[in-house]
Amino acid sequence: MSKIDDDTFIEMKGIGKKYGGVTALDNVDFRVKTGEAISLAGENGSGKSTLIKILVGVEQPTFGQIVIDGKSYSQLSPRLAAANGISVIFQDFSLFSNLTVAENIAFAAQLSEKKRLFDRAATLSIAQKALDRIGVNINLNSRVETLPVAHKQLVAICRGLASNARLIIMDEPTTALTGREVKALLSIIRKLKDSGIAVVFVSHKLAEVLEVCEEVFVLRNGKNAANGPARDFDAASLTKHMTGRDISEAKPPLNIDKAKNLLVVDQLGKEGAFSDINFKLKEGEVLGISGVLGSGRTSLAKALFGLVAPEKGRITLSGNNVPLGNPIAATQAGIGYVPEDRLTEGLFLTQSIIRNVSVSRFDDHQSGGFLNLTSLFDEARGWIEKLRIKAADCEAEVKSLSGGNQQRVALARWLSRAPKVLVLNGPSVGVDVGSKADIHAIIRELAESGMGIIVISDDLPELLATCGQILMMKDGRIDSIVRAEETNEIELAAKLAS
Amino acid sequence: MKMFFLKSLATKNETLVAVVIIAFCILATFSDPLFLSVTTLTDLLRASVVIGILAVAAMMVLISGGIDVSFTAIAVFAMYSTTVLTLGFMPDMPWYCIFAISIGIGAFLGAINGFFVVICGLPTLIVTLGTLSVFRGFLLTFIGSQRISALPPEMRGFSRMMIARGTTEAGSFYAIPWAVAALVIVVLLTLFILHKTMLGRSIFAIGGSLESARRIGINVRGAQFFVYCYVGALSGLAGIIHGAMGRMADPFSLVGLELSVIAAVVLGGARLIGGYGTLTGTLLGVSLIVLVENSLIVVGIPSTWQFVTIGLLILLGTGLPAWQAKRAAAKSA
Amino acid sequence: MALSLLTKQKSSTPEFRLAIIAIVVFLAMSLLSPDRFLSSQNIVSMAFQFPEFAILALAMTIAMMTGGIDLSVVGVANLTAVISALILVNFAGADATGAAALLWLFAASASAILVGALAGLFNGILVARMGLPPILATLGSGLVFTGIAVAMTGGSAVMGFPDAVAWIGNAQILLVPVPLIIFVLLAAALHVILTKTSFGLKATMYGANPLGALFAAIDINKLLIRVYVISGVLSSIAGMVIMSRANSAKADYGSSYLLLAVLIAVLGGVNPYGGYGRVMGVVLAVLSMQFLSSGLNMLQVSNFARELIWGALLIFVMVVNTTDWSRFGRAKSIH
Repeated sequence: MSKIDDDTFIEMKGIGKKYGGVTALDNVDFRVKTGEAISLAGENGSGKSTLIKILVGVEQPTFGQIVIDGKSYSQLSPRLAAANGISVIFQDFSLFSNLTVAENIAFAAQLSEKKRLFDRAATLSIAQKALDRIGVNINLNSRVETLPVAHKQLVAICRGLASNARLIIMDEPTTALTGREVKALLSIIRKLKDSGIAVVFVSHKLAEVLEVCEEVFVLRNGKNAANGPARDFDAASLTKHMTGRDISEAKPPLNIDKAKNLLVVDQLGKEGAFSDINFKLKEGEVLGISGVLGSGRTSLAKALFGLVAPEKGRITLSGNNVPLGNPIAATQAGIGYVPEDRLTEGLFLTQSIIRNVSVSRFDDHQSGGFLNLTSLFDEARGWIEKLRIKAADCEAEVKSLSGGNQQRVALARWLSRAPKVLVLNGPSVGVDVGSKADIHAIIRELAESGMGIIVISDDLPELLATCGQILMMKDGRIDSIVRAEETNEIELAAKLAS
Repeated sequence: MKMFFLKSLATKNETLVAVVIIAFCILATFSDPLFLSVTTLTDLLRASVVIGILAVAAMMVLISGGIDVSFTAIAVFAMYSTTVLTLGFMPDMPWYCIFAISIGIGAFLGAINGFFVVICGLPTLIVTLGTLSVFRGFLLTFIGSQRISALPPEMRGFSRMMIARGTTEAGSFYAIPWAVAALVIVVLLTLFILHKTMLGRSIFAIGGSLESARRIGINVRGAQFFVYCYVGALSGLAGIIHGAMGRMADPFSLVGLELSVIAAVVLGGARLIGGYGTLTGTLLGVSLIVLVENSLIVVGIPSTWQFVTIGLLILLGTGLPAWQAKRAAAKSA
Repeated sequence: MALSLLTKQKSSTPEFRLAIIAIVVFLAMSLLSPDRFLSSQNIVSMAFQFPEFAILALAMTIAMMTGGIDLSVVGVANLTAVISALILVNFAGADATGAAALLWLFAASASAILVGALAGLFNGILVARMGLPPILATLGSGLVFTGIAVAMTGGSAVMGFPDAVAWIGNAQILLVPVPLIIFVLLAAALHVILTKTSFGLKATMYGANPLGALFAAIDINKLLIRVYVISGVLSSIAGMVIMSRANSAKADYGSSYLLLAVLIAVLGGVNPYGGYGRVMGVVLAVLSMQFLSSGLNMLQVSNFARELIWGALLIFVMVVNTTDWSRFGRAKSIH
């Protein structure tokens, strides 16, 4: 265990943040002690990102105080935060891929010394010192763009070290790492703590880092939902506090023993992503796929839809071969895909709701080369009603909708194509609890109508509530297959973390 | 390791351009054995000065993540108005003052670009398309549209200043004007700025990732503004050299050259997305463009095919790397 | 009640603002040169002049809708003009009349459109298949097209058409100038394509979010190629009109038209980042530019000053519109 210093480094008291009429944070408390690792957990929309932005000075709180080393501030600026040793590593690492490792590490440090000339020797030495502190060996002169993701993250950490950070905030740090790389990261975090640097992990998946944390704070809907020593939490309790729901009962599985095979995936493999993937999906079956990121599950999901081209293997749907690496062919074969990131991948934010819903049906509502807008939009409106998408005006931009409604739009688009197989990647990420339940009900209805559904998620209760079988992936392979009715969250979490 | 180095060398733009240049020269020598003579080389060198300075300027903008097509208008505006000013107020001004004025005017015009890009936040291509017309239109409307051949004596004098001149054994005449030194100075100065100052490194950083540059506290606005002023200044220098060497202040000249300049820069490896660009590559690109523009006939291609050649070079020079990148992206998950 | 709601919504659109601008410019120019500007001779003359660059602006519009740009429009126009001209001069000759002349005119026009389509196909392949950014692709291809025209003509103008050729650019049908009819037909066609075809809506949505288009299983390659082919065809028709009105074809005509096409598209409310644009807006912008151009001409303002005003106008429009565009999301800029 690390040295726990009783000195509280930073304390955020009663933080409130309003954007116009929307309350993002409401009376939130947060505390960081020197040399400790803290988890800040919460779903998308819980306010954790806003809290961090306030801590690094990018946003200013409407209420509350930030106390650093006993000194109280009503708000911070980026410079002030940096001067106090607060540094943050965003999910994109904020690196310059066109510059070398050494330059990336030392840039901010050199800037703060207000030098005019570029001191190459100093840059190299600063960078080397930072790398040595965490005991990693990366070629200082490599361009960052050539590095694998895990190394990029290490470079980002070293940049914080080089700038004499006393707190390093890591936003979704394990997103792009394999299981092995996560372990390596954790040992580096221990080294950081030993040298008195505090670390805050911001994430909605924290099982992986709990072992190295001292304390956990959970936010839900902009408020403190739970906090306490890390040893009091596990994956199940974390999820419960984040979502506010109890572990739901697994619904009785649909009787699909006699159902026909719908999708057959045979020896699918893509170098560097996944290999030896074999499974069958029956009509009316809901299959779950899970695994930490880096396990290959997103690549596999994309491969099913043709966004990624596997080198080996086959996919057949109802006996017909589905051409690989071709989303249009996959769509025409009857496969649909609702992506993980609806803002950048799933929706056209500036386009109208009705266009977003109907976009995959343009080609099917043509008469004489022209679009039959009436029938197209009528059909779309039907789906909007069916999925209970709350929209005052269908011509309004889709970005005006709430997360839950946006996700329904993404669903409606694919449902209107009546796919045989629907792949849902993170179907209820960042969606309010009520919408989440609705989406799960929709999944069940679709399965009952004979559609085959694949749910990719690391929301364990969601998997247990919706799926019959769950494939657990690890390091690109299927590690185990469990039946939902025969397992529970704790077991699943254990499999994920192992 | 060695294989990797060789492989990366082979795919670098600079290598490809160097290979094409060498191939060109070999072909040319077959057709005209005297091609690689001192005379040809010095002629080409002289022809490279203006386009070289402009290319260095254009390269800097590309590295910072923008694109500027107005630099030729800045060059001709600075050149012509300096000429008019000199003739009007102090015809005997020494050449270095004339040059300083042109550079100053250029920097000022560059600052106007900087204002629109940095302060107003407008997209750089369209803004500089606009300022190209504004500068040139202003020049022709308010400053003058007459070609001036009676240049200030100091300007004419500059064009006669030679680093070296003489006659080769074969009897042909060669001359290296001091204007070449201007190119050398510009290259060295830019090299210094880009590689030895934090400002230069910041420019690379901004081109690499604007958002990350802001986050670590780089003075993004200041750096970008500097870039456009510097580009303007260099354009002013290129313009006045062009006027002096051509012995004429022609307000209709230079504009139209921007395509060749951008071709040179892009061939040399500078990327449109920003953050990449080397002086070596740019100079190689300039050499290739100058070769094509002046000596195409020596390899048997009539000069009317000049545009086509340059256009194809641009497409191949940027298309091949783009295609490779696309295939590499498709391969990864 | 409903009417006022309708007008309220309409009045906030860029097209409404443009209508105001067009009217203001018309009134201003009329006031500055009342006798000459408002004369029927001028109105007709303007109606003959603007289609040349207006059709190029249409070409630019569709490229911009996808977040791209087509810098080769003028090059394509000139190349098609040169090729058609060479056909007409060599096969028909200046003395040809009657059915023979019309036949060759038809052949020349057909080959013009073919050349435009091929040029567009070339651009489309560069952008879609090779992944070249549109700026570089069309910069290079524009040079190539112009270059081929230069090589074919040696740099000089091609002249010696049969009289029938002048019809395209100078005749009137029921008092309406033929170029205007051509423009109106093309504008209407583009409007229908953009708003009432699957392709057009997809193009708009691709411009709004290219990544989203990939995930929506839109055939992006096919889409982009079609976009640039249409741009090429439009450019070639513009080239024919220019050729007819100039009674000759040259490799470097209309070099200022490139800036004008971009200006009109931007003025017309087309978002250069992609995802928004209305043909009506472009039409209004065209009219505004023509009124301005003719009016300035009458005020004896030189061609050079016109260039200055165009450039200033482009910048002004962008400064005003920047707030609108930042609403439209896409962070990727066309540098």
